[in-house]
Parts: sequence; C-alpha cells; structure tokens
Amino acid sequence: MSQSAITVTNLSKKYGDRAALANANFEVPLGTICGFVGPNGSGKTTTIRMLLGLISPTSGSATVLGESITHPDKYLPRVGAMIEGPAFYPALSGEENLRVLASLGGFPQDRVAPLIDRVGLTDRGGSKYKTYSLGMKQRLGIAAALLPNPDLLVLDEPTNGLDPSGIHEVRELMRDLANQGTTVFVSSHLLGELEMIAEYLVMLREGRVIYTGSTANLLSAQQPVLVATPEYGVDLARLIEIARSHGHEASVVDDQAHIISESDWGAELNRLAFEAGITLAALTAVRPSLEETFFTLTEKIGE
Amino acid sequence: MLRSFFAESRKLRRPTLALSTLLTVAAFSVLFTSIVYLRIKSGEPNTKMGERITATELSQYIGLVYGFKLVSFFLGITALCIFASQTAQEYTFGTLRNLLVRQPIRIKILAGKFLAMSLFATIMVAFTAVMTIATSYALAGKGGVTTSAWMSGDAIQLLGETFGNILLSTIGFGTLGMILGLLFRSPITAISIGVLWSLILETILAAAISSTLKWLPAQNIANIAEGGSRTIGYSHSLLVSLAYLGVGLAVVSLLFKRRDVAN
Repeated sequence: MSQSAITVTNLSKKYGDRAALANANFEVPLGTICGFVGPNGSGKTTTIRMLLGLISPTSGSATVLGESITHPDKYLPRVGAMIEGPAFYPALSGEENLRVLASLGGFPQDRVAPLIDRVGLTDRGGSKYKTYSLGMKQRLGIAAALLPNPDLLVLDEPTNGLDPSGIHEVRELMRDLANQGTTVFVSSHLLGELEMIAEYLVMLREGRVIYTGSTANLLSAQQPVLVATPEYGVDLARLIEIARSHGHEASVVDDQAHIISESDWGAELNRLAFEAGITLAALTAVRPSLEETFFTLTEKIGE
Repeated sequence: MLRSFFAESRKLRRPTLALSTLLTVAAFSVLFTSIVYLRIKSGEPNTKMGERITATELSQYIGLVYGFKLVSFFLGITALCIFASQTAQEYTFGTLRNLLVRQPIRIKILAGKFLAMSLFATIMVAFTAVMTIATSYALAGKGGVTTSAWMSGDAIQLLGETFGNILLSTIGFGTLGMILGLLFRSPITAISIGVLWSLILETILAAAISSTLKWLPAQNIANIAEGGSRTIGYSHSLLVSLAYLGVGLAVVSLLFKRRDVAN
C-alpha cells in the first residue's frame, strides 16, 4: 500500500487562460495532520475538488489512498470531506440531513446520533438546519465528514464561524483522529491553529506549490530574531550599530531593535550593550511564527 | 442506485413537501370535481374549456374517472415543479458536492432521484384518484347522477387504464422538470420556464399555427393522460413524448456526468 494518503503529480486546472492550479506536486503522508495553506484564490479549493472527483484536472494526475482520482468511487467511501463550508437542506433537521448522507453512502443509520453528540449538537440535532448558527452549521459539516469513519478527512476551513472553544474542540478532534490513524488534510486561514496541530504543510500561492514538507523543518529554517528593548529610546540607534558591527542584520521595529541572530548571541549582545553603557529593559529570542513565515515566503516568491 | 433512491425518499417525505403537495392536490381534486357535479343542473358549462357534461353522460361508466381526468394536467404541472426543484436545489443549496462525495457514480444519483420522485408522483396520482372518486360518489346524488355503472367491469378497466395514462403523463411532466432543473441549475428558472412553456407558450403556438400541435412536447405529454384525442392519437403522443424526453434526458445526463461541480 502507498505510504502517502495523497500524491499529486503535475496536477493542473485551467479555466480558459487562467491557471487555477499549475503543475502542482506534493504528497501528504499517511496518518499525519497536513495543513493546506494559501491566500484566497491560490487554488486550495480547486485542488480539494479535484481530489474528491468533483472537477476534472486539465492535466496531471493524483492518487488518494492509493487510487487514481480518475476513479473516485474506489476511495471516496473511505474519505470524509467538508468542502467550502457546510451545505445542507434547510428544511431538514441536522439529524435528518446526516441520515440522507448515511443512506446515500450506505453507512449504518446508528452512526448518526453518536456523531451529533460528538460535535456538540445533541440538543439541536432535531432542529431544522435553517435555524442553525454558522458555528452549528460548521459542526454539522464536520459530523457529515466523519460519517464514513474516514481513513482520510479533508476539511476546508473547518473553524470558520466557530467560537474559541469550538476552535479548540475541532483542534482536539483532529488530534484524536490523527492519533487513531486518520490522515487529516485541512485548509485554514488560521495559521496559528495549523502551527499548533499540523505536522506537515503544503503551501500554495497563485496556483503554485511554494512549500511542501514538515512544519518543524519550515519553521526551524527561518532565521530567529533577537528583540532588544533599551531602557532609553535614544540608545536604539547605537544598539543597532553594535549589532551591525558584529555582522548581524538589524532594524528598528516598534521602538525595539530586531536583530537577526541565533538566540545564543543574546548573552554577547547584552554584554556589548552593557559595555557601551546601554541598559536593556528586555531581551527576547523569537522564532518567526507560521504566519510570519508564510508572509515571508509568499512575498519572496512574489518579488 | 437504491441508496440514492432511499436518500432522495428521505427528502421527499418531509412533511412540508409531502403534506402540502397532498393537501394541494386534494383541494384541486375536490374543487374541479365539485364544479362538475354541482353545476350539472344549472344548464351552464360545468367542465373544462367551457364545455358541458350532463348527468346522463356521467351516469355511464366513464363517470367514475371523469373528475380524475380533469385534474390530470394540474398533476403534471405539480410534478414538473417538484422534479425541477428537487433536482435544481442541489445546485443552489450547494448540496450536490456532498451527494457526489458520498456517491461518485453520478448517473446512480440521477437514477435514484428519478425513481424516488416517480414513486412520489405515483402516490400523488393514487391519492388524487381516491379524492376525485370519493368526491364524485359524494356529489353524484346531488347532481342526479346514478353510480350503478361505476362498479361495472368496464368502469374498473377504465380506471386502471386512466390511472396508468395519468401516471405516465405525470411522470413525463416530472421528467421534463428534471431535465430543466439539470439544465438551468436553478429551481426558479427551471420551474418558470417549464410552466410558462407548458401553460402559455405552447397554447399560443398551437393556436397560431395549428400544425404544430401534434409536435409540441407538453401537448403530447398531456394527451397521454387523456388516452389520446381526436386530433392527436395516443400512440403518436407516446412516441413524440418519449422522443423529446429521451433526447432531453440523454443530453442532461451527459452534462451532469461531465460537468465540473464548482459551487
């Protein structure tokens, strides 16, 4: 069996002259939580739709759970998906909506009630979908995606509309599923959330893959920053000069000196500042967050 | 396909749709049949197209199904609306993507949907038969109509034939609705075009150019319910309807199978 839940090879989708996705190549390892990141219009949903057999690629190929996307019937019974937000029949209750999908997928109806409980809709499962808040709709969408007890769960912006506790619950749910061996392929704009849970990342920009690999590798490859705050603002310029004279890039950001350097140079900086008569009120070593890394990467590619 | 049938049936049996449809056809059944029987003695027109049917005629075995036949076109239009909305709403609600993820063989979704909606249409037609016949019996005495011939072998045979013809016609109109729903992907557009075409445009066209009457789809589908007429034969209507609907279904099935689902 393939060691990748998803393998994408030179996959492209064109609408007229516009390439929604251009020669994408990436793999999603089995049993991982993989974040799928990119600005609006970068091709995330197009990719997901191709992987789910909803749209046909213009060229290239892909496999999902070892089966070609040209035969979605071979793998979709093992895939749960929520694409571009939840979509259900407004006049049916949440529970009845799940029963429709359970009938269609050939899943036992007795899976429905526990799933309604699992996503926290126990009290509202019998209410009509049209009366649900955005957060409740999102929860129902996640329940629908879990109906097949999936080996691969594809979630497109699953935390849209959820409150902080709902976001936390979804994060824990994804962790639980990954611990049980389910591969989770999740697109989100909340990069902080993905940083916490995604072991693997695929980044897109304007239809092109700009990074694919482990989240840890991506973040550790980014240059750390020493943030130094002198007691007196007038010392900022001298502090910057000290850093530069020792071969470090440095700049002033929000009345603080940002010095690109490994954290172990912090002690040396502190000593040098002291010798120059500068008292540091604060000195912190910061690694760029996923969000900052994402912007750095997308800006670099865009230049 | 059976899974798709059961899934669609769950949607169709929701009270707001099933009960409101049955209540509407019941109301129209009682209304149309009542007008015939309650106006018999007035000497004025009491049936469709400003015509008149007498108590003597209704006392024959055809009286059993007369009311039922009167409602047939209304049943067809109702089926057209239901089939069109049930199909097109998958696009407007965005639910089609859920269906296709759970059943990627698209033709099975269409076939299951069609079967479930046809069953719904069958229940609707059977309910209408019961309502119109019950109303006819209830009002026969008031209109001076004797019902002894209504239980004859001929009457029962006619009831079977009429039921079959009206069912075929109703499902035919439904199929037309489904074709329009798949084509326009919007319930409002599909229903508007279907109803306007069937009720108004074809009538105008047939009145303006009488030779077109034999070839208009809705006229032929409606003629099946009548069991044929003096101007258009039953077999002709059956063949013309089958040709229109067959080609239409083939085209939209191909579109449905190949079209990207991007909403």
